[in-house]
Amino acid sequence: MAKITMREAISQALWEEMERDPAVFILGEEVGVWGGTYAVTKGFYDHFGPERIKDTPIAENAIIGAAIGAAMVGQRPIAELMTINFAFSAMDYVVNQAPKLHYMFGGQFRVPLVIRAVGGGGRQLGATHSQTPDAVFAHFPGLKVVSPGTPEDAKGLLKTAIRSDDPVLFLEHATMYQVRGEVPEGEYLLPIGKSKIQRPGRDVTIVTYAKGLELSLKAADELAKDGVEAEIVDLRTLRPLDMEPVLESFQKTNRAVIVEEGWKSYGVGAEVSSRIYEQAFDYVDAPILRVAQKEVPLPYNRTLEQAALPQVPDIVAAVKEVLK
Amino acid sequence: MNKERLLDLYYQMVLIRRVEERGAELYQAGKIGGFMHLYIGQEAVSTGLIAAREPRDRVITAYRDHGVAINCGISANEVMAELLGKVTGTSKGKGGSMHMASVEKNMWGGHAIVGGHLPIASGLALGDQYAGNDNVTICMFGDGATNIGYFHEALNLAKTWNLRVLWVCENNQYGMGTAVERASAVSEIRQKAEGYGMKNERVDGMDVLAVYEASKKAIDYVRTEGKPYMLEIMTYRFRGHSMGDPERYRTLPKPVPNRGWKSYSRMCS
Repeated sequence: MAKITMREAISQALWEEMERDPAVFILGEEVGVWGGTYAVTKGFYDHFGPERIKDTPIAENAIIGAAIGAAMVGQRPIAELMTINFAFSAMDYVVNQAPKLHYMFGGQFRVPLVIRAVGGGGRQLGATHSQTPDAVFAHFPGLKVVSPGTPEDAKGLLKTAIRSDDPVLFLEHATMYQVRGEVPEGEYLLPIGKSKIQRPGRDVTIVTYAKGLELSLKAADELAKDGVEAEIVDLRTLRPLDMEPVLESFQKTNRAVIVEEGWKSYGVGAEVSSRIYEQAFDYVDAPILRVAQKEVPLPYNRTLEQAALPQVPDIVAAVKEVLK
Repeated sequence: MNKERLLDLYYQMVLIRRVEERGAELYQAGKIGGFMHLYIGQEAVSTGLIAAREPRDRVITAYRDHGVAINCGISANEVMAELLGKVTGTSKGKGGSMHMASVEKNMWGGHAIVGGHLPIASGLALGDQYAGNDNVTICMFGDGATNIGYFHEALNLAKTWNLRVLWVCENNQYGMGTAVERASAVSEIRQKAEGYGMKNERVDGMDVLAVYEASKKAIDYVRTEGKPYMLEIMTYRFRGHSMGDPERYRTLPKPVPNRGWKSYSRMCS
């Protein structure tokens, strides 16, 4: 298996699906001539042409709204939002139109749409460009929300998302495009809505996804030095949420820490811990702790920004706390 | 147009009127819930417009959609069943008054977020352009929708990408209870199309044949030129914005049944 970057894995999935199905096309800001602001679609414009790689005006309502319409009449558009922060400009389409149309019209309409968006902090982009608002989008029934933490998962899940007959929000992390991992070449599909054990362990369960996976794996290495074996469950999909591996792990370890990059209040950790309490209360040996972003708009200053984001030592400390 | 065709247009308008009058009664009796916006007074607009389309041309509209549904060929029974929340309704009772649709009849929905369906209309046309056909998407909306951002993003995209959309503004003088001149920088809505380099025309919406002729010409232009076009159709709703409208805002007198048509068509001249 080839070891490639997250960027290459995403790019590969897009390229393969476009070659496979002529109904698939890409639209978004600077996806064509520029090659994508994160270079994910570099080379696509020359190969597939302007009909299939569409540069749009900077108009998020037009981008997502038009993608929904094209999807309704049988195409399979992939709409790129330059960052997830710009989804707020098109919030009506992302949460109020795309996820509702199939159900609200009695199953007559299908919206086979993928919205790709980059999120996450750590690049000193300031408060409005650095958010990790994944939980907001996962709140809405009818919208699948996928956020991979490894190149392998990115490829397999994106290919499945493109073949899905329902809208999928595919969240990428701005600081993870250079992450390398082994990725199967060619046809490789992973089911949406399946969590995965990324590291086996017996002492504590760490539930996380995306950037949190990278941090949690490092924390687990630290903890292993002290003889603590953490089991890491990667959610990979926030909706539909697959709790089975989480509950299985928790019934073994009886202790959990949930790691997410977004804010703690009303977040992924709140949802996951609540479900553990509801479904595995008898196995709880310690309060479940959450590691998340500090409750402030993310600052520009590098030191302040890093202080506000969850870090490896925060995870190590939380694990030690639940093991007390 | 032959006598048979003329009678059919008349039949459609009367059918819409009667279905909605019955709907209003059922609403007042508590059998129909939610918001219900009647098309009474505006029947000639959608009747003349949709008579001018080919079956392959798509229709998408806002929440005042009962008449449009009937003009598209959805039966009065299905419309009424949807109003009553029945599984036999157009949307299996999941949508209600504001969300009638039929893929089979090429009616792509009543949409309830003001202006929200305009970019989707551009998308329907984009899907057709991508597929390489020359279907026309007819997108209907009220004067109020032309003040929201969606309108401008949708028209800009349609013109820039040469999408086959016929934009149809039903100017019924009020966005809910706010008169056009109190909410829009220009009260002649068609002027907004000028800003996007889009051909346009203002039409008397109280005259079903005038609407038909203008629509025929406009659809033909959109199909053969491969460019969007905008019609502003002057009309007036005789009832409130929705069933719960106190109607305190009207400066024009409330129309008298049967005499309303003439007096309101004068507004457009």
